[in-house]
Amino acid sequence: MSASPSEPVRATRGGVRVWFMRSESARGYALLSPTLVVVVLGLIFPIVILTTLSFWKQDYVDIIRTFTLENYSAFFEKKIYYLILYRSIRISAFVTLVTIVLAYPLAYFIAFHVQKNKIMWIILVTIPFWTSYLLRVFAWKVILGYNGVINSGLISLGLISEPLEFLLYNPTAVVITLAHAWAAVAILPIYVSLEKIDRSLIEAARDLGESAFMTFVRVTLPLSLPGVIAASLLVFIPTVGEYVTPTLVGGTRGIMIGNIIQSMFGKALNWPLGAALSIISMLTVTLAVCVLLGGTRWFRKKVG
Amino acid sequence: MTKAIISINHVTKDFGSVRAVNDANFEIAEGEFFSLLGPSGCGKTTLLRILAGFEVPSAGSIYIDGRDVTLLPPNHRPVNMVFQNYAIFPHLNVASNIAFGMRRSGLSKAELAERIEEMLELIRLPGYGERGAHELSGGQRQRVALARALIKQPKVLLLDEPLGALDKKLREQMQIELRQLQQQVGITFVFVTHDQEEALTLSDRIAVMSQGDVLEISTPGELYEAPRSRFVADFIGTMNFFDCIVGDYRGGVLSADSAELGPVRVACTTPPAAPGEGFVLAIRPEKFQLVFDDAGASANTVRGRMGPSAYLGDRSHFYVYLEGRNEPVSVALPNLARSLDRIRGVDQEVWLTWPEDAAVLLPREE
Repeated sequence: MSASPSEPVRATRGGVRVWFMRSESARGYALLSPTLVVVVLGLIFPIVILTTLSFWKQDYVDIIRTFTLENYSAFFEKKIYYLILYRSIRISAFVTLVTIVLAYPLAYFIAFHVQKNKIMWIILVTIPFWTSYLLRVFAWKVILGYNGVINSGLISLGLISEPLEFLLYNPTAVVITLAHAWAAVAILPIYVSLEKIDRSLIEAARDLGESAFMTFVRVTLPLSLPGVIAASLLVFIPTVGEYVTPTLVGGTRGIMIGNIIQSMFGKALNWPLGAALSIISMLTVTLAVCVLLGGTRWFRKKVG
Repeated sequence: MTKAIISINHVTKDFGSVRAVNDANFEIAEGEFFSLLGPSGCGKTTLLRILAGFEVPSAGSIYIDGRDVTLLPPNHRPVNMVFQNYAIFPHLNVASNIAFGMRRSGLSKAELAERIEEMLELIRLPGYGERGAHELSGGQRQRVALARALIKQPKVLLLDEPLGALDKKLREQMQIELRQLQQQVGITFVFVTHDQEEALTLSDRIAVMSQGDVLEISTPGELYEAPRSRFVADFIGTMNFFDCIVGDYRGGVLSADSAELGPVRVACTTPPAAPGEGFVLAIRPEKFQLVFDDAGASANTVRGRMGPSAYLGDRSHFYVYLEGRNEPVSVALPNLARSLDRIRGVDQEVWLTWPEDAAVLLPREE
């Protein structure tokens, strides 16, 4: 700089430009602003509408715009909504568990045992995503169906004489289908967190007398927890509101809260109640996520 | 030598077509501070990892405390390791890091807490137990890694360049502390380093390695003053080498002739080769005297031309060019007096002299 230190540099022209160049936070917000606009328009705006709607009331085809808690009291009075929400949470939790349990070993294998071409493995993991989500769900319908792959296979092998009926149209079918559909989403964050673990930490644990298994429990697992948590959230949160898969493979016992909300905005034509159910299920998911995060914190303390 | 705690029997390790360790065969005594010294890629870390159990040798066997441990996994060996990057568990605090290996020690919670506090005293970090791993400086991490290994009371402590990541001042301080600690706990230390000064400062004995071979195992003094091969002489400190022809040997003094140094007289117990045959004379920079007045022509005196020089505070380095020799002779002299006029002009005529017992005799290598 040409100015002497005792004389502060004064920008007489292009003041805004200079201010902008000098301000770390202004440039940060500028970088953030496109995303910020999308978030405000695409998330906050609809939530405000949804919340407002949930306090109104449907009267045949009209919506009465006066404040009422009727929709919320309906949720607590009619057991059916409560039961279906509970079932949705349970199915999603189960899907999350199954997905993590299946994804972890694969991520572990890629992170620790693949020496060359890790990228190729990662690409292979994402291959199912190259086809439509709907097609993948239909594929499971074909596999699990009454005359499906499993049943006809078992019959031609002579292991069963009648097709098994418990494969399709129940919560298990939903869990299997969703666990498969979300596998790649779970594998990637777990892989990244495992990949980041310094190998000498694992050697140090072995050196300090722990077996391979206890090294995993005491070092590898706690250090990969951020990835596991991220994967859990990525799988759990969207699957609670899932309605395509339950519709196709869930049957009546596999109905989830997403199906109810969808019908409220569709055939049942009760938007305010649909809005209230959406809000309630959102709050429930938030609560469940808090429980999950609290649980992992407790686990960390315990292992430590 | 006292009882051997580690015995390495003809150990060889191949990684594919690369031989990392070639037929290492030596013993390490109980209570010894033993260093593996060599340039990077010489196989010293591989040998240490074989001792720790992270690598299985391709051939040969390892005995620790009289037991064959060659195929034993690391968690069943009576040794512990301090890793190069310290490998402090980032998800645990200092106390939990130190206690990590004590899960099956059978100590009660109170006893264990007491042991941890003792270890924290030993590494001079009392009250640091609740600190998180990320709150520690490099030197502190290194000490926690030490405590974590020492609390297990291993027969042997393995250290993989533990001071490499520290700055010079701290490193020198930690060298002294490490040596004191070793004498205090009386455990055998096997120390890997590429820093020859560090190895000389710390070790009882040093094994010099190069390209998988163990070249020489000696005390620091012997390695420096009486190396047995040209590589070791060159790797430890600085050395000037001169080709010579054996002449007369009389009364413990060898007369020899060198194209670069002229007539040479060296004190030795046996001549290095038969008369008329060649050998290598090796002289350390600090064994020379620099004379600025005409020293005449006699044995162990040679005329040269001053090359570049460097002032290093406690000593000065000079390069002196000799007639018929391309590379300059390296000379180091202590700066005994507070004067800067020792640095003479380049190209000035100087004479080098050295005593009869200053030079090392090495066989000529083809």
